[in-house]
Amino acid sequence: MSDLGMTEADAVGHEDPYPERFLPHEGDQDDKAEKRKLGFAFWLCTAWLVAVIGLAIFAPYLAIKSPNVNFVQPGERPPYSPSGEHWFGTDQDARDMFSRTIYGARTSLTVGFSAIAFGLLVGGTLGLLAGYFRGKIDQIISFGFLSLLSFPALILAILITSLLERSLLTIAITIGILSVAPVGRVSRATTISFADREFVLAARSLGARHPRIIVRELLPNVLIPMGAFSLLGVAIAIVAEGSLAFLGLSVEKGPTWGKIILTASQSSRDLENAPYMAFFPIGVLFLTVLALNFAGDRLRSFFDVRELSL
Amino acid sequence: MNEHESFHHPGPSRTETDSPLLALDNLKTHFRTERGLVRAVDGVTLTLNRGEALGVVGESGSGKTVLSRSLMGLLPGSAVTSGSVKFAGQEILDLPMKQRRHLWGAEMSMVFQNPLNSLNPLMKIGKQIAEPLRLHLSMDKANARETAVALLKSVRIPEPERRLNQYPHELSGGMRQRVMIAMALACGPTVLFADEPTTALDVTVQAQILEVIGEQRRDRNMSVVLVTHDLGVVAGHTDQIAVMYGGKLVERAPTKTLFAEMRMPYTKSLLKSIPKLADPSHTRLATITGRPPDLVNPPKGCNFAQRCPYARPKCHVEEPALEPTADPNHVFACWYPVGSPEFTEREAELEAAGYVPATVAGVS
Repeated sequence: MSDLGMTEADAVGHEDPYPERFLPHEGDQDDKAEKRKLGFAFWLCTAWLVAVIGLAIFAPYLAIKSPNVNFVQPGERPPYSPSGEHWFGTDQDARDMFSRTIYGARTSLTVGFSAIAFGLLVGGTLGLLAGYFRGKIDQIISFGFLSLLSFPALILAILITSLLERSLLTIAITIGILSVAPVGRVSRATTISFADREFVLAARSLGARHPRIIVRELLPNVLIPMGAFSLLGVAIAIVAEGSLAFLGLSVEKGPTWGKIILTASQSSRDLENAPYMAFFPIGVLFLTVLALNFAGDRLRSFFDVRELSL
Repeated sequence: MNEHESFHHPGPSRTETDSPLLALDNLKTHFRTERGLVRAVDGVTLTLNRGEALGVVGESGSGKTVLSRSLMGLLPGSAVTSGSVKFAGQEILDLPMKQRRHLWGAEMSMVFQNPLNSLNPLMKIGKQIAEPLRLHLSMDKANARETAVALLKSVRIPEPERRLNQYPHELSGGMRQRVMIAMALACGPTVLFADEPTTALDVTVQAQILEVIGEQRRDRNMSVVLVTHDLGVVAGHTDQIAVMYGGKLVERAPTKTLFAEMRMPYTKSLLKSIPKLADPSHTRLATITGRPPDLVNPPKGCNFAQRCPYARPKCHVEEPALEPTADPNHVFACWYPVGSPEFTEREAELEAAGYVPATVAGVS
């Protein structure tokens, strides 16, 4: 490391005006890493997300109770409060809340991530094209975004989910469509900020075609802030799934976080007598959304290329 | 983008050697804006021979950058061009995009003002240089890499092999500009447009960059169009200088002639505005009062008249045309040029009134 820095300084010293400490050498990377830390809170959030996602993915292979079995204890009326047997308690049908929360994560997270993936694919691409070409293409695409934004989200969601079979795919695409406009607008704005920079003009002046410029020059630059932004989007999509569930419009089969919370808070009597039923899934949902928001925000500022390069 | 698909000119060839490499005739580039038509370049006529360096000088907003971008064909959609630009004898002004692309990189390329911005921050240097090589010269990976090393070496970048795997932010500004030059030179262009290539750089690095450009010009028998606002920059590095003001050419001459016997008061003011080392410290810097003319509604008469200390009533009414001096290569547009009786008379008056005298002597 240090000898590389030396050779660079030696080789450049006689003709480069920058004193050695300004010279970019490997040491710079270390300095930068020291200055730009993601921070403890970020890693805490990441750990939580990894734990939740890991549990969700491997749920069928772990020694977790089935989410659909009724563990009725003779002589007692469910819901049962948390115990060594049922960590999160059970619901009114004596189903284990811990396993339901984990199995719910499978659906909720899948919906969240795939909805944003859809939004990124469609909205991100459209935004990229709009931001790069500007002019008429931009006007048309931006008009599309605006119409999508002005259409009441809930009505659109109710329309789609009531017309189609409420499968995981339908719900994911419904929320995905709703995310197209916000994701697309951010992608358009990010693209514009890069498309005006001289390296794009330089690539053009060296004979690169539009597809090449978009894919090789712009996409990587736009993808980093977009990736971080989409983590925030996943959080919003998870909450959106919860809202749909509350209207009875979420995925039909299996538990989701939204559906679990709905069951738990179906009557005020349940909430009064067994608040843990709603509390645990809501807590997990809350922490996951919080972690996604925070991690996304941290990543966005950490990968701010403009800051990094100057 | 500016796709003129209706025109079908054949691409220029390098066979014609007798005609100048680049010939502009009454080139106009106007922009449609909400305020009206901006006459960014308004009737520029000049020629550039193979291997020659042309300096385009003028203050901000005089149209020099737009001029070089018009020649490259890198204008936004709101631009309207007219006149004629002949490259190696072929009209290229309205060339369709497809054929224009064949010129870019291979025949003409450009070095931009801000080296911090003109490299893709997420692509390794090696890849960025190799890309035009693979695109235009269809080189294979290994070949392109080898050429990239040679190019970096030719612009005097130390340890070129190591640079290939570095990202732009790991290099200093001067290095990045050299990389930019290497990229622009990659496919052996016949004309290199350098749009204020040194403005964003340190003074010492400026000299090195100009040196590198000059070296490459001589080695490759390449023409260079050096756009700058600094007369000092072009002095030692060009054969010919075109002074622009308000989108128009106001004086053009071989470099030596221009410095020895400039005729246009604007050129003189530009030169005067360069601080001199010989000046005692705390000397007031000479400035050109006022602002460049509004390019939407250009003033009547001479563009410069409002700011010209030597202007007379005629200057505000009638626009001077470009007139040759005894040397046909030296043209200027002024009613009362430097050295004319009226100019000398006014100079004496100004001097009597305490106006900072214009000292041209002693500037290199």
